[in-house]
Amino acid sequence: MPETIFAPWDSPEETPLIRFQNVTKRFGDFVAIDDLTLDIFEREFFALLGPSGCGKTTMMRMLAGFEDPTEGTITVAGQDMAQVPANKRAVNMMFQSYALFPHLSVWDNIAFGLRRETKDKAAISARVDEMLRLTRLEKFARRKPHQISGGQRQRVALARSLAKAPKLLLLDEPLGALDKKLRQETQFELMDIQEKTGTTFVIVTHDQEEAMTVASRVAVMDEGRVMQVATPEDIYEAPNSVYVADFIGDVNIISGTAAPDGDSRFAITWAADQPPILAKSDIGFNTGQSCHLAIRPEKVAIHAEQPEGKKNAVRGKVLDIAYLGNLSTYHVELPNGTIIKAQTANTRRIARRDFTWEDEVWLSWTTSAGVLLAQ
Amino acid sequence: MRRAALIAVPYVWLLALFLIPFVIVFKISLSDIALAIPPYTPTMKDGFWTMVQGLDFENFVFLTEDDLYWKAYVSSLQIAFFSTLLTLLVGYPMAYAMARAPEEWRPTLMMLVILPFWTSFLIRVYAWIGILSSEGFLNQFLLWLGLIDSPLTVLNTNTAVYIGIVYTYLPFMILPIYAALDRLDGSLIEAAEDLGCSRLQAFWLVTIPLSKNGIIAGCFLVFIPALGEFVIPSLLGGSGTLMIGKVLFEEFFSNRDWPVASAVAVILLLILIIPIILFQRNEQRNAEAEG
Repeated sequence: MPETIFAPWDSPEETPLIRFQNVTKRFGDFVAIDDLTLDIFEREFFALLGPSGCGKTTMMRMLAGFEDPTEGTITVAGQDMAQVPANKRAVNMMFQSYALFPHLSVWDNIAFGLRRETKDKAAISARVDEMLRLTRLEKFARRKPHQISGGQRQRVALARSLAKAPKLLLLDEPLGALDKKLRQETQFELMDIQEKTGTTFVIVTHDQEEAMTVASRVAVMDEGRVMQVATPEDIYEAPNSVYVADFIGDVNIISGTAAPDGDSRFAITWAADQPPILAKSDIGFNTGQSCHLAIRPEKVAIHAEQPEGKKNAVRGKVLDIAYLGNLSTYHVELPNGTIIKAQTANTRRIARRDFTWEDEVWLSWTTSAGVLLAQ
Repeated sequence: MRRAALIAVPYVWLLALFLIPFVIVFKISLSDIALAIPPYTPTMKDGFWTMVQGLDFENFVFLTEDDLYWKAYVSSLQIAFFSTLLTLLVGYPMAYAMARAPEEWRPTLMMLVILPFWTSFLIRVYAWIGILSSEGFLNQFLLWLGLIDSPLTVLNTNTAVYIGIVYTYLPFMILPIYAALDRLDGSLIEAAEDLGCSRLQAFWLVTIPLSKNGIIAGCFLVFIPALGEFVIPSLLGGSGTLMIGKVLFEEFFSNRDWPVASAVAVILLLILIIPIILFQRNEQRNAEAEG
């Protein structure tokens, strides 16, 4: 049986669960969301990624019903949300501060939403117990929020927001308060729970690793606009702008002017004393058009001698070495002052490292290693 | 050594200013009235043992025989209870509005609540006589509006006492409730709404329980002094207003019966100790919950 890849955004017959249509949100003169159109599909784990103040939290608050769009419409499952107040939406939110009720026990916190919609004690009890099992909190049911750890509180908040089985779960920086180890574990837990429950998750985060790990698609935002919406792989490997390339991970940006050089290949003139760089690109450039080549450091190879038969090779001097344990990033300064980063995996013990500060080295990359961008 | 000295200071203070006066009052309450200076007998002048042998509980027995006293206690409790309730009903919305007001407005609003303390309490109560009397501002205003034909009798009734107590003790209710509401995390209300609460339900299920400690503290801060209140009932209340503070004053200064007055005071203190202990326990529990 062939495995189907989860990609509803590619199939035209799928209707999205959430549609933002030309949504603008202003606070006084400040434009928080600028004419935004976006579709999110059922069962997606969708990440809104961007620096603080880019409008990602405003988008989430509009979905939850705490803010109304100034212009445009938001529809959830075909229903216009404009007249639906927060407490009538089949949308639940997990708050950044968790917002657990301090006067209620873990059990009562999880039961809080259920009690609003049903009086059936047995049903509530069964659902709360199910949520406690899902989040492995059975032992803490009778405790108050201040009597449990940060990680447990995070799980209570998740259990509480999932208890009503919402169509859509919003997560506002859900792991921000956890330390790195716990955060990584929790990311996998979140994915697991999302798969088990089949709920659509929209997560807001400024942590790109988190977004890349958990999400089926990532929207990179800046100043109220969505810069790119794509799968984590595409965001990383095929960014559509210098902003996205620069925001996600580490990147070398080489700016120059393009000239066509054969079939979908371009020669980029970027420095007077350097040969042009050759790069493949699916988008066309005219002769003399300015362009930017984005190359990830791990796609730049570092050599002691001039490499044979490489299309793009430059010579420079090791300026700095960032040792990250599993990886080392070499900052190599070219004669014209440009710094290019090259990353290698430390497959050997550090004592046997090939390059050190001030070493003359050669850098090379293939014609398809980088992405050629117009802006 | 230094720690012991530090702890000793408040205890010496309490001993000198609370326990010793109380022992003196208690001793007087066990004495008999006399036409002398001081107006009771026996005293230390008779020698310590003679004095101790002369003490008895007949003044306390007397308090149970004359129904004026227990009626005054019950009436005081009643007035203190209802005025506390009224103060809460008036004070809570004010504290809520203050906590919800824009950040830059809050110091001003806080100032307005505290401002009356800058004027003498006595003068402020006198001012209410000018407002509530039959020729006072309130009646003139209502007559001018045409809402009433003849002046209302407010002054020298229990209504005036309630107005006076609510007015005087309002800041003591507002400040602790405001402190509790100010600390309330706004995202809790949003979380409640997100989970299906209407505004009113969220207020009832989240805001009220989380400001409970402020409400309790405010109620005690109003109830305890209101119970023994003397100035307000004697200035604003009428002959029908029965409060133990007034009875106490009359026994001391009109009847010059110090022993009975002291007995009244001792009983009042015993009644007050219960809410004071409850209040302390509430404060302690809060401190523990926060610590």
